[in-house]
Amino acid sequence: MTMTAKNNAVPTPKQGVKYLLGALSRKAWIWAYLAAGATYVAAILAGSGGGGGGIWSLLYVAFTFASFAVMVGIGQMFVVTLGPGNVDLSIPATMTLAGTVALKFMASDGALVVPGLLIAIGVGLACGLFNFGLILLMRIPPIIATLSSSFLFQSLAIWSNRGLRIKPPQSLADFATGGTVGIPNAALVALLVSVLAWVILEKAIVGRWILATGQNKRAARLGGVPVNAVHFGVYVGCAVLAGLTGFMLASFSGGANLNMGTEYMLMSIAVVVIGGSSIAGGNSNVPGIWAAALFMFLLVSMLNSYGLGAGVRLILTGLIIVSVVALASKKRGRV
Amino acid sequence: MNRDHLRILLPVLSLAILLAAVFYLQPRAMSYFGLNLLFNLAVPVALATIAQMMILMVNDIDLSIGTFVSFCACVTATFVQSDPVIGYAILLAAILVYAGMGAVIHARGLPAIVVTLGMSFFWSGLAILILPSPGGAAPDWLRAMMKAKPPFLPVAIIAPILIGLIMHYFVKRSSLGVLLRGVGGNAQAIERSGWSVLGLKAIAYGIAGLFGVLAGMALVGLTTSADANIALRYTLLSIAGVILGGGEFTGGRVSPIGAVIGALTLTLAASFLSFLHLSSDWQIGAQGAILILVLAVRLVFTRREALA
Repeated sequence: MTMTAKNNAVPTPKQGVKYLLGALSRKAWIWAYLAAGATYVAAILAGSGGGGGGIWSLLYVAFTFASFAVMVGIGQMFVVTLGPGNVDLSIPATMTLAGTVALKFMASDGALVVPGLLIAIGVGLACGLFNFGLILLMRIPPIIATLSSSFLFQSLAIWSNRGLRIKPPQSLADFATGGTVGIPNAALVALLVSVLAWVILEKAIVGRWILATGQNKRAARLGGVPVNAVHFGVYVGCAVLAGLTGFMLASFSGGANLNMGTEYMLMSIAVVVIGGSSIAGGNSNVPGIWAAALFMFLLVSMLNSYGLGAGVRLILTGLIIVSVVALASKKRGRV
Repeated sequence: MNRDHLRILLPVLSLAILLAAVFYLQPRAMSYFGLNLLFNLAVPVALATIAQMMILMVNDIDLSIGTFVSFCACVTATFVQSDPVIGYAILLAAILVYAGMGAVIHARGLPAIVVTLGMSFFWSGLAILILPSPGGAAPDWLRAMMKAKPPFLPVAIIAPILIGLIMHYFVKRSSLGVLLRGVGGNAQAIERSGWSVLGLKAIAYGIAGLFGVLAGMALVGLTTSADANIALRYTLLSIAGVILGGGEFTGGRVSPIGAVIGALTLTLAASFLSFLHLSSDWQIGAQGAILILVLAVRLVFTRREALA
């Protein structure tokens, strides 16, 4: 808000650049973009591209994989915004359940893509409602509530098709793995979701409600914010996004399997925090999610291309994540 | 009956009910040998739960404890067994890393949930380096200790009781314990009265590291070998155990005895489900359901507590 007010003062070009740099360095997400850029260069130098056009193909792959992390990350971001203790640990299980049920329903029949998508969203909706019920009606702390419900969702997924891999309809698989004008379709979907999330968070009254709830729940309630409705919307929205991502990921990877969501537990939380949103809630941003998701993928591909063993790779991944978080938070502390 | 007593009543009751159900389904479990089998794997879980409790006590959460216990198990099954001096040096260094992690988290105001997530990669990487494929062997004295058969009560019962009592006296009675709970309750007040919160957090994390090491060693003593993924479940089990035992995520409100009972309950829940001949599809789901059930009952208790 203050930024636009200052901009009205019509700065001279030189001041303008200085101001722009200053404003950028005050954005928490800039560090995530720098880290992602540095990793990209390092990965290119290490030769992950492999041959001509490698620079672009690495970027293409990075955007494809990042888009799944972005979609669950945005859901997690809204949950984390609600304040300390709010984390959704059921995202991986919800993804798996939605992917499994939807693919089983479609049974590789191209005519059933739209109903399949609706089923995946419906599963997400049901999971979100269940989580919200546990948290609000039974007053179970969100971490434990979503953890216990993830056990239930996982069991349901196992029971629903016993890990049988059913192929997605050809048209859907083509869409999920393909691209439009050089941009992966998965990234386009994620971009659409991000723009929507950005508008909700920054421009809509609902976004103010979510931020207010995260900053001080009591004050928000007294100020007339429908706190319970905000919690409802956020938890259900997060689960729906997880369901949608599960659907996309299953279509992308040629079928749902039972541990397809596992890595997204860490991923969804890591992209939120590395992206510069406050884990304490009440202060979030969407652009950082993209940077963090790209960074996480490029980091792994960079370490892969150096040909290191699994052990060393994991150690370096851990150390780099911790250092990025430590660095970013120091800069933020100074502002 | 004060609030602390009420708080501990529910975990005790849920353990008792579950135990009665197991005995009803399988009367042969009601023996020295049966109890030992039922609770055998509870010892490392209880130790890991205490480690998690130390972290929750200072308002943080540790998502790396599972990989850390796996790492300690790998070190125990390799170095401690073959070159004890190097092995213990590694374990000591690991405890110091934990304490350092606590200090850094406090000094830089970092979110513990992310730092520990990152560290979980670090530990599992080290574990894979040390033990790329399952194997190793337990040191003889450790195996003998975990498999000992003292008169009257099996180790699986004695050890958790001892752990619970020692930690109860440490957390609830010693002055250091009070300070540590104070950090969780009101860190600013502790800082203003002249204590170093940085040092206290490092101590809390260091003790958590120590219990993580003990959990890894106990686990190897039971299984007699290790692999890099041996204890991944412990992260979630330990959090659930602390909460089941009446602990809370904030405010330094924890109960060591409750945490140990919570760990026993979770271990028993797994045995109970296998006695029920439940289809393996539903094993994890039923564990989730038991967790939800106990917490739902707790809601009734806390409502009453608020009224009283």
